[in-house]
Amino acid sequence: MGHLDLVHLEKAFGATRVVEDFTLSIAEGEFISLLGPSGCGKTTILRMVAGFESPSAGAIRLAGADISGLRPRERNIGMVFQSYALFPNLTVRQNIGFGLEVAGLPKPEIAPCVDEMLALIGLDALGGRYPFQLSGGQQQRVALARALAPRPRVLLLDEPLSALDAQIRVSLRTEMRAIQRELGITTLFVTHDQEEALSISDRVVVMNKGRAEQTDVPFAIYNRPATSFVANFVGALNTLEAVIENATGGHVRIADLTVPLGRQLQGQKGDSIRLAIRPESFRHGAGAGGDIVLPAVLEDVHFLGSVIRIRARVAGQLISVDSFNRPDQPPPPVGATTALRLSASDILVLEAS
Amino acid sequence: MSARRLLAWAILIAAVLFFALPLIGMFEFSLRARRGTWSLDAYANVLKDPQFLGTLAYSAVLSVVTIVLGILIVVPTAFWVRLKFRRFRPVVEFITVLPLVIPPIVIVFGYLRLYNTSSWLPLTGSTTGTDLLLSLGYVTLSLPYMYRAIDNGLGAFDLKALTEAAQSLGAGWGRILYRVILPNVLVAVLSGAFITFAIVIGEYVFAALMNRPAFGPYMVWTGSNKAYEPAALAVVAFGLTWGAMGLLQLAATLSTTGLSKTRLSKTRRTR
Repeated sequence: MGHLDLVHLEKAFGATRVVEDFTLSIAEGEFISLLGPSGCGKTTILRMVAGFESPSAGAIRLAGADISGLRPRERNIGMVFQSYALFPNLTVRQNIGFGLEVAGLPKPEIAPCVDEMLALIGLDALGGRYPFQLSGGQQQRVALARALAPRPRVLLLDEPLSALDAQIRVSLRTEMRAIQRELGITTLFVTHDQEEALSISDRVVVMNKGRAEQTDVPFAIYNRPATSFVANFVGALNTLEAVIENATGGHVRIADLTVPLGRQLQGQKGDSIRLAIRPESFRHGAGAGGDIVLPAVLEDVHFLGSVIRIRARVAGQLISVDSFNRPDQPPPPVGATTALRLSASDILVLEAS
Repeated sequence: MSARRLLAWAILIAAVLFFALPLIGMFEFSLRARRGTWSLDAYANVLKDPQFLGTLAYSAVLSVVTIVLGILIVVPTAFWVRLKFRRFRPVVEFITVLPLVIPPIVIVFGYLRLYNTSSWLPLTGSTTGTDLLLSLGYVTLSLPYMYRAIDNGLGAFDLKALTEAAQSLGAGWGRILYRVILPNVLVAVLSGAFITFAIVIGEYVFAALMNRPAFGPYMVWTGSNKAYEPAALAVVAFGLTWGAMGLLQLAATLSTTGLSKTRLSKTRRTR
């Protein structure tokens, strides 16, 4: 049993099932991200935990107690919204102190708590300002402080960074994670940005059509995707059409190339399968290692600074290859023929989709 | 000057003359109380008439009561309709425009039938009851304006997000309305309040049929009994109404500024 348990959660709006049989156990102090495309049900789950939607079936347990029937104000769960949702008529200090005031804390006790929160978000000098006098990043920090001030049992973050520009997004997510670690607060974070989810989460839940496709640590989500959806949704992926040549021996044929995958395959000789390879799994040039060699013709080369991105044709199929820039190795010319190398373990076999 | 521009100016001048000439004529007539010269005698007569101040004060107090009742009824209704019952919005909007379609005399007869001394709630049996009934009637009359003003005010910010933010911080409905919603629609409420004030000050049918000493019936009585004073009274009444409209304009300007601030806070994307 975790600190927050979502047990067989279901949600339907009329005939549309938005969340289906969703189960997740979150340990105290854990940072979990719900990652998925728009309409996959991630925000609905967050809203059910907050109490703004009631589950059609299943239970939400917080520290062992079922909170499904409690009103939002009775749950002591903090929430940060995408649109900040700061009260425009209140100053930063009043916004942060709102939850404490509602809880009935006397004014002399509210002031030091607000000061502490302002220091935590690094906006000590802006307590007297109104929300419209702050930038987007500052407003979202205030929203975070406001949600944290009443010491909630769980913190919910509903795409808090999506309204901010890229640079602020990166710095604010690092700040948010640092604050979450400092306070040790159990956090459920909703995002459609895979980089965000992978970079700051203890575990990631990849969702699709109301279901959890895979729940694991970010490293496993990226390197060992459990389903074809996860493989395609998280990170860039090359897919190559292949035909099974020997299922038991793990040999497949890509055009006229025979590739040993080193594992038993499901299916029979002659069946079509799809192989998936991350762009950074390929190696090329002098000193490149790897037990599989694929001859390729380079059709396009983009120098992006730290990364060189190549579009190459392998057995008639176009793939993308990423490699780190090395000052002693200039980018290969367009039209050149090269040998792309990779290990059999870098190749994912996708189930028929 | 092109012919098109000339035509535009001609239309503008004709419109100004159409509206301004009767007012100028009325104002000029109100100054003719003393034979052969212009004077403010008619205004002096109006202002020293105890009935003038009495009826004006009565209507002013009633307008304040009407505004308070209107706010108490309309703010929670518009809030609830926008937040939870969006599908009923067309129905509520239709109901709120009914007072524009149904003649006041029909409404007041309905009230008198429902709340007379032999009814289940005999409001007309006492002065206070009749005053309350009159106020409620005025709430009905001002409903189309009050509802629209407040509904527009509620649409100027993310009502759902603010309400949910307050709920997640532990606030109940009363606190949400009082601390979060009302302060953010205050300018819209003020707009509705000024229109209500203008309606109540000039209203005749309700007050006359309920036999209450309001400003509207006093203006009609003066008009049928005196010569120059009605014109002076009309100018004073215009002044009061225009004052209310001026305040409304001010409120609208403030509202626009507030709105842009809210939008700014919603959409700003940089540090």
